[in-house]
Amino acid sequence: MAHAALPGICIAFLLYGQKSLLVFLIGAACSGYIATVCIQFIVKHTRIKEDAAIGIVLSVFFGLGIVLLTWINQHEGGNQSGINDFLFGKAASLTGSDVNVLTVTAITMITTILVFFKEFKIITFDRAFAQGIGVPVSLLNGVLMFLIVSVVVIGLQAVGVVLMSALLITPALAARYWTEKLEWMMWLAGGFGALSGVAGAYISLIAYVPTGPLVIIFATMLFICSFLFAPKRGLCSKMIRRYIQRRTLRAKQLYKRGEQA
Amino acid sequence: MNPLVVEQVTVAYDRQLVLEDVSFSVPEGKLVGIIGPNGAGKSTLMKAMLNFIPRMHGNVFVYGKPYEKQRHLVGYVPQRNSVDWDFPTNALDVVLMGRYGHIGLWKRPRKEDVDIAMQCLDKVGMLPYAKRQISQLSGGQQQRVFLARALAQDASVYFMDEPFVGVDAATEKAIVQLLNELKMRGKTVLVVHHDLQTVRDYFDYVLLLNKRVIAFGETESVFTYDHIQKTYGGKVTFLSAAHIVG
Repeated sequence: MAHAALPGICIAFLLYGQKSLLVFLIGAACSGYIATVCIQFIVKHTRIKEDAAIGIVLSVFFGLGIVLLTWINQHEGGNQSGINDFLFGKAASLTGSDVNVLTVTAITMITTILVFFKEFKIITFDRAFAQGIGVPVSLLNGVLMFLIVSVVVIGLQAVGVVLMSALLITPALAARYWTEKLEWMMWLAGGFGALSGVAGAYISLIAYVPTGPLVIIFATMLFICSFLFAPKRGLCSKMIRRYIQRRTLRAKQLYKRGEQA
Repeated sequence: MNPLVVEQVTVAYDRQLVLEDVSFSVPEGKLVGIIGPNGAGKSTLMKAMLNFIPRMHGNVFVYGKPYEKQRHLVGYVPQRNSVDWDFPTNALDVVLMGRYGHIGLWKRPRKEDVDIAMQCLDKVGMLPYAKRQISQLSGGQQQRVFLARALAQDASVYFMDEPFVGVDAATEKAIVQLLNELKMRGKTVLVVHHDLQTVRDYFDYVLLLNKRVIAFGETESVFTYDHIQKTYGGKVTFLSAAHIVG
């Protein structure tokens, strides 16, 4: 999705002439939508499976985005516009009005999710059933898609195109190791994302390294910690549990043998 | 008034007809088995009746009105493998989803809904597993959770897509018991079914389907050797067919 958004953002920039989150959002939503339509078209009319179709379409869109980005950088005074920060992200390039837009969007998104939490949950778990009980599935799915596109566009400036999808997925994956409830998973994922964001941005400021990669490194570290040390699903706790089981089993067998002797 | 009337339903994928002119009408309080070989369009018929896939032609009436206006009267139990069982939620939560239609958009489930969900879990013998993460349930238990969810919906007509596939004997028995209970309460249940051996024991009515309706009616009179042969294109051997028909 992030990859598909890039050409839209570039075209929006070319048309509008300056940096504006709202215009970028529209551009990203349009090209994201076109990419989705392309993917669905390929799946429906050829023998190509969905994952392959996604790969084809996204790489084409990303390639197109890079071409446009390079072109902008060479013309149009792109260097001053800060649009090249979109590749790897630079939190320091955010302006005061950007922060306002970010805040408003974040609050709107959280409210939307809280209001329709039950519906989002059922359409992700079992869409057919949701449709059967009269949930407006296509509408809500559209809303959900819109939320994702908005997140992508907003995050682009901070972490960059290349790593946006990682930031979308990694905190959620990490959170999955700690809980079996979607509610908790959502809050945890948000928390993990925020934590990686703060840590990455801070180090990026003092070390002059792009923000995006640092944020993702932090998110990935959180993921690895969760993967290893989460109490129930973590690898270590699983191994410890298995070790204890094996020992008790062996002790029991020894005891039995002792009794027989 | 019949709870379910299907008129000339026709469905095509890519210009190829998968269901042709399917019509039948089910009286109230009957258990109906939908029988046919792989690719006969059994699941497709169910999905077309529920508007999950577009119908090229035809109408579905539930208690006299078009299905679109009577959605709340129809409960659906999808095939078990149609969802991701690793989804972070527990059995009670899944059953509560059956109440969403009653709760309405954006409102939270009330205590009353939780109580109903618990009763439904109890009916399928899953009460002890209410708080269990759904990925930790066995195949049969997952199927029972789906059934409990359909019960929680409190519908009048139920569509069940292969509820007996891959379940153990205990679950099969529990499902049959549940089907009979639904029937006693005047509900109408359509079941996509594979096992020819049990058709006579489980169903009052049977729909023999192979792209078209081969036969529809009371099991006693319709589930005959000739009809089965016609449905399966003569692939059921004489001996086993004779055995099935009894």
